Amino acid sequence: MLDSAAELLRLQENGDLTAVEITEKSLSAIESSEKSINAFTHVAAEKAIETARRVDAKRAAGEPLGPLAGIPVAVKDVLCTSDMPTTCSSRMLKDFLPPYDATVVEKLRVADAVIIGKTNMDEFAMGASTETSAFGVTRNPWDTDRTPGGSSGGAAACVAAGNVPLSLGSDTGGSIRQPAAFCGITGLKPTYGRVSRYGLVAFASSLDQVGPMAWSVPDVALLLQAIAGFEPRDSTSLNQYVPNYSEILQTTDLRGLKIGILSESSETEALDPAIRKAVQDAGEVFRSCGAELVEVNLPHSEYWVPTYYVIAPCEASSNLSRYDGAHYGHRTESIDTGSEHGPLVSAYCRSRDEGFGAEVKRRIMVGTYALSEGYADKYYNQALKVRRLIKGDFDNAFTQCDLLLGPVTPSPAFRIGEKVDDPIQMYLCDLFTVGANLAGLPAISLPGGSDSKGLPIGIQLQAPVLEESRLLFAAGAFQTATDHHKQRPQPLTETK
Amino acid sequence: MSKHEITTIIGLEVHVQLKTKTKLFCSCSAAFGAPPNTQVCPVCLGLPGALPVMNEEAIELAIRAGLAINCSIPPMTKWDRKQYFYPDLPKGYQISQFDLPICADGYLEITDPEDPDSIRHIGIIRAHLEEDAGKSMHDEQTGKSDTRIDLNRCGTPLLEIVSQPDLRSAAEVKEYLTQLKLILTHLDVSDCEMQEGSLRVDANVNLHIRFDGKKIATPIVEVKNMNSFRAVERALEYEIERQYADWEVDGLTIEDNPKTTRGWDDVKERTFVQREKEESADYRYFPDPDLLPIRIPAERVEELRQSLGELPRETFARLQSQHGLKPYDADVIVNQGPAMIAYYERVSELSGDAKRASSWIQQDVMRTLKDRDVSIDDFLVTSVQLGELLKRVSDGQLDNTRARDVFSYLLEKESTVEQAIAALGIEQVDSSEIDALCQALLDANPAVVDDVRGGKVQAVGSLIGQAKKKNPNANPQQVRETLLRLIGK
Ligand SMILES: [Zn+2]
Repeated sequence: MLDSAAELLRLQENGDLTAVEITEKSLSAIESSEKSINAFTHVAAEKAIETARRVDAKRAAGEPLGPLAGIPVAVKDVLCTSDMPTTCSSRMLKDFLPPYDATVVEKLRVADAVIIGKTNMDEFAMGASTETSAFGVTRNPWDTDRTPGGSSGGAAACVAAGNVPLSLGSDTGGSIRQPAAFCGITGLKPTYGRVSRYGLVAFASSLDQVGPMAWSVPDVALLLQAIAGFEPRDSTSLNQYVPNYSEILQTTDLRGLKIGILSESSETEALDPAIRKAVQDAGEVFRSCGAELVEVNLPHSEYWVPTYYVIAPCEASSNLSRYDGAHYGHRTESIDTGSEHGPLVSAYCRSRDEGFGAEVKRRIMVGTYALSEGYADKYYNQALKVRRLIKGDFDNAFTQCDLLLGPVTPSPAFRIGEKVDDPIQMYLCDLFTVGANLAGLPAISLPGGSDSKGLPIGIQLQAPVLEESRLLFAAGAFQTATDHHKQRPQPLTETK
Repeated sequence: MSKHEITTIIGLEVHVQLKTKTKLFCSCSAAFGAPPNTQVCPVCLGLPGALPVMNEEAIELAIRAGLAINCSIPPMTKWDRKQYFYPDLPKGYQISQFDLPICADGYLEITDPEDPDSIRHIGIIRAHLEEDAGKSMHDEQTGKSDTRIDLNRCGTPLLEIVSQPDLRSAAEVKEYLTQLKLILTHLDVSDCEMQEGSLRVDANVNLHIRFDGKKIATPIVEVKNMNSFRAVERALEYEIERQYADWEVDGLTIEDNPKTTRGWDDVKERTFVQREKEESADYRYFPDPDLLPIRIPAERVEELRQSLGELPRETFARLQSQHGLKPYDADVIVNQGPAMIAYYERVSELSGDAKRASSWIQQDVMRTLKDRDVSIDDFLVTSVQLGELLKRVSDGQLDNTRARDVFSYLLEKESTVEQAIAALGIEQVDSSEIDALCQALLDANPAVVDDVRGGKVQAVGSLIGQAKKKNPNANPQQVRETLLRLIGK
């Protein structure tokens, strides 16, 4: 029941369920699964009930209600909330309470959503398994020995575990789409600039984007509608009309639509055969809906990951400079006053050393190096040039087709601990997703079946800039024609 | 001082705070003097998730300043992050401009201090926008090494103006700063108050010495911590002497010693070493991904150029050519700023006597302004009143003494010049009355008559004084002429 926001809205309208009842169900679902999956860094039980009461009172008084009235929504802990800690799953921000709400959080409140809590993630969104969190790993509800993906692992797991119908994630290199694929749900990364980044704690500013996660396309559309739009506080926000994303769903008729199949990704050896098959099957579903399949290529796709792993750490190294222990966040208690660089430098070094985890430090060092005098041209500036070529590839591909179809991940959910000591293996999880971030395109991850072990498999659609409607239209048709998104994991038992 | 031929080489980096209502990237007030940490928000505090939004007014002020110092304005400029750690820099980087500054390649005209009739062009390499950092206040009273940080200044807009090393003396530096301040205050781009930190100067200085037929350059020193134009001048004078003296002793040249930084101690009147060797700072500049590049259409630049109006150097030239003022007098008036220039021009026009207007303004008006600590905008004697008053002087209706009485009266009571004259009992004296008065004086002083006839014309002076006593309204010039006529000279 907690798996459909649309259904919950209907039940409230019919008077069959109150917002308080829904919220209580959500809270008790969280309570029973949290020991198994650790999806949350903070659960705001009292505040959520309070909000739900207000929604019920408004409904009783006949007052107008927002589009997410009484719907429990989980918020990734990278988004600022004025009434809950915002930790980025880092020791550095363990007790940080922002004095303001992120724009998307403000919008949730305006939409009368019930913010249920903050979800666990890879530290500062750096990772693909939620294993780099300072507050413990999140486990995959389909198999708790496996990761839910990352960095929005908690955001995906809490939906998959039936805690909440809607969840907000953020996606810098695949951080919404890959966990959605691993957890068998739907996740959308909007066009860069479609959703305000104000209050989203920056990882890589030119790549970060907030997006919706849910079981189905209509729910994803509902949440996207609530958060999309221009905002003057974010200079990179796009001042463009926001269409009604729910208007065109519920069709299986895709005649006239050309879907590009990426020849490179289907040939990649790294790709799990079950995923290759799922993508082919998805192509057949689209064809059966009337779409035309065309083969396209993105010649520079082999440079996506190297380009991303220069640009993202460069920006991160700069964005994370502010965490120095001087103004807020973790500050060391053991300043070495006799340090040869002086007490100030010692305070910086120790605060940052104690506050950041290994992966964050690794990326700060990589980025610092790549921006250094004498190296910036070789790495950062070179990466910017390649990024333009990558964008050009997509522009070119979209002259031949309307959407691109491909895999989300090379493999289904891997085991916890399997890749955590091998950064390169971890970075290759982003093989198929970082292109959309580098080019600023919208992309969606959809449940596309499962492998022999019953682990969910995701398929990805990518669209030209600001064509979220087209993406949702095709994705909606796919879900009308299939029931992969209706598969659910076994209920979690507390014993594990 | 020297036995050798020396050329002083000075280049300046001047930071001016732009007079925007709000900070460069947020809507906090940029006003000076508020209690610590009261003019801050998530953006200028650099809190996680906060994003900068560019202040258009700062762009406009920077372009106006750039045009006034003859810079070109590129069609596109951008923001870069300059990265370093310091407690008064909460983001760990400063938003600045690296390779595409908003203003480039200009020059400033200054009067050569050695030769007031000649003009020097001081090259300007670039002027770029950046946000200011906060202020660290070291608490020395408690004896502890506490440092308190005021972030009010964080994010206020600065324009950093970098000159070519074209300045050749401390006096030229002072002239350069004076001209720069004049232009920027004239355009209302900045207050340029060194005391308040809205103008800050760093000077790079060294000497080129001719020695054994070769040119030797002394090590470059960056001088900081100067908080008045006078301090800049003295610091540089000191530094020039010091570098020469040091070179005579140690013979070190630019090849031996990289750049060092020295501070100016205003009390001890000397510079002291702050940093021995300039660490090769790597600021890891890169374009700020939170901000978009700025496109500046040529039409907008043209519009702003038109809006500049007459600049101080142009006024300076015009006051000489059009009003016939001497360079010194023109300079004094221009230095008082646009309001005084307008005041002068009105007085000059209404009185029909440009020089008299200039001398009255420089003496009576400016002295009163200073004594009463008011600005010309709030001055009680309007330009129309003073113009009318001086016209009467020029027409011979009033002498200077009586005109000063009227001026003093106008400073105390709100009235017209006409009313003031009436109230003071000043009236035109009939010429027959003057004739009678003069004849009476001549009759009573035959010795004076003899003196004048004997060629000592100045002897009438004593009678003019007596005439004034008998009738304060008698115009001394008229009395003098009448006396001489009656004597028959
Ligand atoms: Zn502010």
